[in-house]
Amino acid sequence: MAVTQFSFDVRVIVPPHTKLKKFFEELEKGKIMGTKCKKCGKLYFPPQADCNKCLSSDMDWVEIKGTGKLITYTVTHVAPKAYTNIAPYVIGVAQLDEGPKVTAWVRDIKPEEIKVNMKVKLVTEKCEDGITRYILKPEG
Amino acid sequence: MRRVAVVGVGMTKFGVLADKSLREMAFEAFKEALEDANLAPKDIESVYTAINADHFSSQVSPGASVMEYLGLNPKPNIRIEAACASSSAAIRLAWLDVASGLHDIALALGVEKMNEAGRTTAEIIQFMGTGGDITWENHYGPTFPGFYAIFAINHMHKYGTTKEQLAMVAVKNHYYGAMNPKAHFQREITLEQALKSPMISYPLQLYDCCPISDGAACAILASEDVAKKISDTPIWITGLGLGTSSVALHNREDYATIPGTVEAAKQAYKMARVEPRDVDVACVHDCFTIAEIMAYEDLGFCKKGEGGKLIEEKQTYIGGKIPVNVDGGLKAKGHPTGATGAAMTYEIVKQLRGEAGKRQVPNAEIGLTHNVGAHGTYVCVHIYRR
Ligand SMILES: [Zn+2]
Repeated sequence: MAVTQFSFDVRVIVPPHTKLKKFFEELEKGKIMGTKCKKCGKLYFPPQADCNKCLSSDMDWVEIKGTGKLITYTVTHVAPKAYTNIAPYVIGVAQLDEGPKVTAWVRDIKPEEIKVNMKVKLVTEKCEDGITRYILKPEG
Repeated sequence: MRRVAVVGVGMTKFGVLADKSLREMAFEAFKEALEDANLAPKDIESVYTAINADHFSSQVSPGASVMEYLGLNPKPNIRIEAACASSSAAIRLAWLDVASGLHDIALALGVEKMNEAGRTTAEIIQFMGTGGDITWENHYGPTFPGFYAIFAINHMHKYGTTKEQLAMVAVKNHYYGAMNPKAHFQREITLEQALKSPMISYPLQLYDCCPISDGAACAILASEDVAKKISDTPIWITGLGLGTSSVALHNREDYATIPGTVEAAKQAYKMARVEPRDVDVACVHDCFTIAEIMAYEDLGFCKKGEGGKLIEEKQTYIGGKIPVNVDGGLKAKGHPTGATGAAMTYEIVKQLRGEAGKRQVPNAEIGLTHNVGAHGTYVCVHIYRR
C-alpha cells in the first residue's frame, strides 16, 4: 500500500492574477505599477483593485519609481523546501519615497554589508526559477 | 453577562508525540480536565475545538473528528481557527457561550499534530510560511523565524536590544522548562550554548526559536452558579481582549511592536479593571525570543524599548517584577500551534490555585495569558483571578 505520510505540496506558489493582471504583464516588461484611487487619491503599492479608505473600485494604474530606504531585513539560512537551493537569501522591508512600504528580496549586496536605512531601489528581475519579481537593490 | 470561571484544565505532554494521533492527544487532555473538574462527559454542553491547520492533520473539519472521538455527538461544536492563537480564541467563545446564558458548561480544546513521519523541517517551514501574504510575500520564500527576525533587526536598531538579551530569554525559559514535566524540552541551556547555536534567520539562532511540537490542552468553563457548586478553586476569567494586525508586512506602521497585542491588552485590562503592574504571573507568546521582549513592552510590563533590559535584570524570573513563562514558554514547553493558548490557561490556572509545584509564583492572585496568531494577525489577551 502506498503511504503518503501526510506530506506537503512544496512548489513555489504564484497565485492567480485576477483583477491585477496588468501589474504582472507590466512587471514582465520591466515596469512596476501601483494603483491610485481616482476618488480619494490613495496610492496602493503593491496594487489593490479596491480602495478600503473610500470603498471605490475606480483605480488608475501609476508607475512606481521605487526609490527608498531599507527599514529592516533578515538573512534566511534555514529556508522552505522550494528555496533551500538559493539560501542564504535576504528578505527586506523598504520605505519607498512615494509613501508605501514593500517587502522583497535584497540582492546584489553581501548580507554582511547590509545596513538599516541604506538607500535602495526597487527593480524588476527575471529570477533563476523563471519567475519575474520586483527586488530591492542598493543604490548610490 | 454572567461571571465565568475555569473549573477544569488538562493537557498532554508537549513534544514529538509519534505514537499519538490528533484525536488521541485530544482525548488525553479532555480526560484530565474532566477529572480535574470532577465532571463526566455528559456534563459538557457545548464544545469549541481549536486546530490551526487542516494541512497538519490532512483531515478537513478536524474539529468534527475530535468531537466524535470524545463521544460528545450530537452536542454543539464549532472548530475555531485563529492561527497560533486558536485555542485562546476558543476560550473566548466558550466564555461568551457561558456568560450569555446559552450554556452552563463549555469545553475549549486545542490540539495540533505538526510532526508526521516523513515530513521534513524544510517542508513544515514552507507550509508555515504561507501564513504570510500569499500574493505579495510568499514567492520570496518567507519563514516564521524570518518574520520575527525582521522584527528583531528593527527592535535592535531602534532600541539597542542585543543578541545576548534575546538569548537570555531562551536561557530563562529553558530554566523553567526543566521544572515542567509536560515540557517539550526539559533541560537547561547556557547563554554561550544559545549564542553558538546555528543561524536560522539572522539574527535569530536555533535557541531563539520554539520547537515544532505535537500536543493538546483544554479548559472547562462554567457559569458562576455551577462553578461555585462543583469547585473549591474556581479561577475567574475577568478580562478578555482580542486584537489584530495586518498579514502583509508592508501594511504595518512599526516593526518593533505587535499592534494586535497593544489593542488586545488595552481591552483586557479595561474589562478586568487592572493595570499591568497588578499582574502576578504571565504566560506570553514567545514563539521566538524577540516575541517575548516585544510582549513585555506591548503588555505594559515595561516601557517601549526596555524589554531587553527587563530580561537582563532578571525581572521576569520568579522573585522579579513580573514572572513570565515560568512553565518554560513556547520556547521550552513547546508550541503545538492549536493547543498553545489552552496550555497557557492550564499554567495560569495551576499557578492561581497554588498547584504549580517547584515553579510556583508565591501568592499569585492575578494571571495573564497573551497568545499571538502568526506574526500578530490575531492576538488574545485574557486576565484570570482566583
Ligand atoms: Zn479611495
